[in-house]
Amino acid sequence: MNSKQMELNEVEVWDGNTCNAQALRQASVDVVAAYPITPSTNTVENYATFHANGYVDGEFIMVESEHAAMSACVGAAAAGGRVATATSSQGCALMVEVLYQCSGMRLPAVLCLVNRALAAPLNVNGDHSDMYLTRDAGWIQLDSFNAQNAYDLTLMAFKIGEHMDVRLPVISNQDGFLTSHTAQTVRPLKDEVAYNFIGDYVPVNAMLDFSKPVTHGVQTEHDWHFEHKAKQHAALQAAFPVVEEVFKEFKELTGREYNIVETHNLEGADVAIICLGTTYETATIAADELKEEGIKAAVVSPRLFRPFPLTQLAQKLQNVKAIACMDRSAPGGTVGALYNEVAGALINTEARPVMRNLIYGLGGRDITVHELKDIFRDLAKDAENGKITGKIQRLHGVRGPELSFYEL
Amino acid sequence: MSNQKVIKNLKTFSTAAERFEGSHVLCPGCAHSIIVREVLNATNDNLVVGASTGCLEVCTAIYPHTSWDCSWIHIGFENGSTAIAGAEAMNKALRKKGRISPDTPEPKFVAFGGDGATYDIGFQWISGCFERGHDMMYVCLDNEVYANTGGQRSSSTPIGASTTTAPAGSTSYGEKRNKKDMLQIMAAHGSPYVAQVAPNKWKDMVKKIQKGFATKGPVFINAMSACTTEWKFQPHETIEASDLAVDSLVFPLYEIVDGTELNITYRPKNIVPVRDYLAFQPRFKHLFKPENEYLIDEWQKRVDKYWEYLQRREEARV
Repeated sequence: MNSKQMELNEVEVWDGNTCNAQALRQASVDVVAAYPITPSTNTVENYATFHANGYVDGEFIMVESEHAAMSACVGAAAAGGRVATATSSQGCALMVEVLYQCSGMRLPAVLCLVNRALAAPLNVNGDHSDMYLTRDAGWIQLDSFNAQNAYDLTLMAFKIGEHMDVRLPVISNQDGFLTSHTAQTVRPLKDEVAYNFIGDYVPVNAMLDFSKPVTHGVQTEHDWHFEHKAKQHAALQAAFPVVEEVFKEFKELTGREYNIVETHNLEGADVAIICLGTTYETATIAADELKEEGIKAAVVSPRLFRPFPLTQLAQKLQNVKAIACMDRSAPGGTVGALYNEVAGALINTEARPVMRNLIYGLGGRDITVHELKDIFRDLAKDAENGKITGKIQRLHGVRGPELSFYEL
Repeated sequence: MSNQKVIKNLKTFSTAAERFEGSHVLCPGCAHSIIVREVLNATNDNLVVGASTGCLEVCTAIYPHTSWDCSWIHIGFENGSTAIAGAEAMNKALRKKGRISPDTPEPKFVAFGGDGATYDIGFQWISGCFERGHDMMYVCLDNEVYANTGGQRSSSTPIGASTTTAPAGSTSYGEKRNKKDMLQIMAAHGSPYVAQVAPNKWKDMVKKIQKGFATKGPVFINAMSACTTEWKFQPHETIEASDLAVDSLVFPLYEIVDGTELNITYRPKNIVPVRDYLAFQPRFKHLFKPENEYLIDEWQKRVDKYWEYLQRREEARV
């Protein structure tokens, strides 16, 4: 590294975008190509400031669109170095084509995805529509509950994606505004500690290695395409032990524990809420407060959204009687994706819990501790009766008459 | 800057294809392969090549085969330019960081795209790359049609051509609009060097490619690529079709340096009537019907006017 080191306090007050930018700086990313979009803009703004002041020594290019940002990242990664970008919502939608190209070419890029609703109607606030949009793009996906998570996971994203067993791109998700714009206390690593944790980038099939010409992005027919996709699937599955190993190393370094499936109060729990992002922490407060009422409530969240931890979730949830899967994305004519995934994980298990699907928080609508407690109370009734006492799917928090599109 | 490759004669030049092999499945008579060989043969420097989705890409990198003995990448239809810009940025970054030694010769970054990838779907990406000033060459293989998908019109398709999406019929003479003037548009981006080339005028082409490689910044080359399949001439007639294009001035050979200085690089001794160019290609066959013949006159007038314009620009040095 030829760049200036940054003196950081033991505890900093950073928002999630600053966390992303600091992680990118400490990872000494070689090429950042980006295009601004709310609420991820501050990630690249902060990074631009670091660049302007000599704290990063790679190339920073502000391209003309998110599609170009990811295209430049793919070209740069194939050339043989570390790349990253950030986006949200429509920008993510514009990138989607290239996300598939990036993972198909097995290029370990990092995308800081600050989750936001997809238009129409246009809405800049947070929900998980963009995360869901990318779910089959072949990227590893990590999910943050707060700013500290965003910093830690964006750092770890490089180490996971660049692992020789994986070599895949990684999305580091965080909730738009709730995490990205809310200043929280964050304990950063020192620059050299962070860099050494990630390690030097090891190029594989680099276009800039002229001793061995390489062809990236070939065409395949039915004779090979299926095998390529099978290998990509295998590489995603191979990420599980790598993620575990990286989480373990990170815990040894920082004392901060990360798990492939995060749980709160799961032991002996009768009911559980399964959710993603910041809702996890809100739900833990609700679960704790319900102890007084004698409701044994747990909160469960897959820290790894892709590859989806089907086996781990099935194991964790075998004693839970009633579950609410909380989907923060418009269902689009079916149940929410998280409900679908969790149902897929549990369908073959012995003790199949009853499951509700709650669509909530679209376009940044809040979910409160009070509401989550009500959801847990409903679940407690389900657990007692051994069946769903209301409707399977509910659009929770939508104004007007109660809406459900999946009833039995 | 590396030493410029010395090219003695056509025979040695044509057999110097060390990096684009013949093992491709482009149509017999396809000008793409001739142009690509001429571009790659113009230098001995290391190359990082990008290709947009199109005939060139699908015919030269079908797994597990490749025709490319150089660094090569394809991403999508629209972003070949940006892929190469990304690779160029990585080269800069790694040199800055000392991970590529300064003694390592600088490679050349080249992106190839068809006219669809250039004039239409990839236009924004190319514009972005040129505005940012990446040190790269973009070569448009301009066959005036979406050939890879079977002959649909693009914004490079000339007026009167019959295509599958702008077919000539009892009430239509085919494509209704004039070809987009891509070279002027790219010159207006402030590119330090843009040029129009044709594979038959190989000396002119090599000179321009070498000039482009020696130029720092984004260089745009528009290469006329006669398409045997869609222009519907015989595979052995590619060079003849190209000769007719440049000798009729339908495809004039010129360059623009620094956005303003225009040089005409080839003046035909005997200018061929546009009628001969059109008559050679069955895609224009219907223009020779009595009700359409006025279009041939209009073609000639337009070509004459543009040639006049180019000469005046050249004289004026502005």
